[in-house]
Amino acid sequence: MSVDGGAVSPEWPDPELGSSRRPALSWVGWIGVGAISACALIAIVGPWLAPHDPIQTLSNESFAFPPEAAFLGTDYLGRDLLSRLLHGARLTLLLSLATAIIAFVLGVAAGFAAAIAGRWLDLLLSRIVDGLLAVPSIILALMVIGSLGTSVPVLIGTVAVIEGGRIFRVARALARDLDVMDFMEAARARGEGMLWLMLREMLPNAIGPLVTEFGLRLTYTLLFISALSFLGFGMQPPSADWGAMVKENIEGLLYGSPAALLPAACIAVATIGVNLLIDGYLDRATIDRVPDMLP
Amino acid sequence: MRLRLSVALRAATRRLLIGLVTIWVVATVIFGATEILPGDVAEAVLGPDATPESLAAMRERLGLDRPVLLRYATWLDHALLRLDLGASLGSGRPVAEAVGDRLWNTARLAAVTALLAIPAALALGVISAIRAGSVLDRGIGLAALCAVSVPGFFVAIALVYVFAVQLGWLPALATVRPGQTFPAFLRSVALPSATLAIGLMPHIIRQTRNALLAALSHAHIEMAVLKGVPRSAIILRHALPNALAPILNIVALVSAYLVAGVVVVETVFGFPGLGRLMVDAVATRDTPVAQACALIFATTYVVANALADTLAVLANPRLRVPR
Repeated sequence: MSVDGGAVSPEWPDPELGSSRRPALSWVGWIGVGAISACALIAIVGPWLAPHDPIQTLSNESFAFPPEAAFLGTDYLGRDLLSRLLHGARLTLLLSLATAIIAFVLGVAAGFAAAIAGRWLDLLLSRIVDGLLAVPSIILALMVIGSLGTSVPVLIGTVAVIEGGRIFRVARALARDLDVMDFMEAARARGEGMLWLMLREMLPNAIGPLVTEFGLRLTYTLLFISALSFLGFGMQPPSADWGAMVKENIEGLLYGSPAALLPAACIAVATIGVNLLIDGYLDRATIDRVPDMLP
Repeated sequence: MRLRLSVALRAATRRLLIGLVTIWVVATVIFGATEILPGDVAEAVLGPDATPESLAAMRERLGLDRPVLLRYATWLDHALLRLDLGASLGSGRPVAEAVGDRLWNTARLAAVTALLAIPAALALGVISAIRAGSVLDRGIGLAALCAVSVPGFFVAIALVYVFAVQLGWLPALATVRPGQTFPAFLRSVALPSATLAIGLMPHIIRQTRNALLAALSHAHIEMAVLKGVPRSAIILRHALPNALAPILNIVALVSAYLVAGVVVVETVFGFPGLGRLMVDAVATRDTPVAQACALIFATTYVVANALADTLAVLANPRLRVPR
């Protein structure tokens, strides 16, 4: 009839497996999953849900509530705030994700290479990273953007290199521990090349800690880019970036409008979400997981 | 005792030398970021309509026509030995004059923040450690995680929205006037320092809690418990001295957090400090002022790290042995 209930044990997965273990994710972690899913969903469908063009002026008044934009009102130029928030989700989150991925690839590749290739490359890369990280991140970013000018490639490049330096240290430390393992020696004895050693031997064995590090760095990248956009060195008007929206609407606070608070709260939901997920995933006492987000 | 002190002194001297080398590295990175990277400062200052003659004159004034190595040597000489970075490109005033008042304001803001945040955070860290694993501990931990996850401008704007806009208790802008009385100054920096304190406290709470828990796990604590020493005495007399070295590391944490924090927070509140001066200088391509600010921030960070390490050596006899 059918293959159901055949040779495979009907009680799969093993019932004891589920009951004897703690749940995979704590409730705190599930709140994080919820927040991240909401952000991702809005980033995907938000621009289609937006009732108006994010750069279309609906009203001559700043921070007003015309009938077309009655839900959240208008921003400082009379544009629909809701539409700008919905469009901003995709822009802000994709930009941070792309930057974090670039930083991660750079940092992990350099970190693994430093650990595998031996003394000179290790010394060179480590000293360069030490130099970069001796200056507080935001100060260094401001200096670099100050001389290269404000543009999206400069923003991505600057943040990716600075964040990549931090990832480099973690990846190098992981790789140095793995480098003395037998499987690395075996692969070397087989005469495998550098790329094989990095991708096929090291990466699978370091993936757990690296995923956690990626999550942390993703939130920090989002905070970093938003701070730079807020200071006026990130995304430029009229783009509906959340950090830039905080900057442009901040004057509204003096007139009692919360228009600047909403994009800031959106960023907060995204970053808290990722941190709660990491926290729930690691399942330790929460306070141990206050991430090391110092510059 | 004399022998131990001399060993400690040697460790401290060694740390000081490392600090000096780091300051040289920092000066080099700042030079590299402004002068080696492509991007013509003269063109940025004068705008696209500048004539070739005025561009050349500007480059000569900025010294951009000279070879890189010569400029590097001059930069190190001026920045580190003479502490003179020339004149602001915008106002023409000497950089030291432009930076002086701003530095004093930021230092006062940082001092108020530290006085607010450190005692509160130390207390919360100790409570968390004593009640480790309890609901209270989890609650403090979760609050700390959330506080550290959100952008600084979110906390700032939320505080302004509640305390300045809705309740009207405190000013939304942090104005600083010469001759302002101290209470008036406190009132104007209340919201900026509260913002900084909220961002800073989680780091101190975590550091204190973990250091104390590590110290409480030692065998001599068990001994004291068995001897019947009161709980408060165990924490304060037996565990805290051993947790002192890592707790002293908060000196480094405070400076690291404040350096990054003041840039955003001063911008939100319009506070006339060093952070906002740097943002304005970068926006107007006023390179000498931006370099001076970057150098001050980075040096503060390096000095605080050196100080924290030295204090840790002095507080922990085992670290006095040079490795």
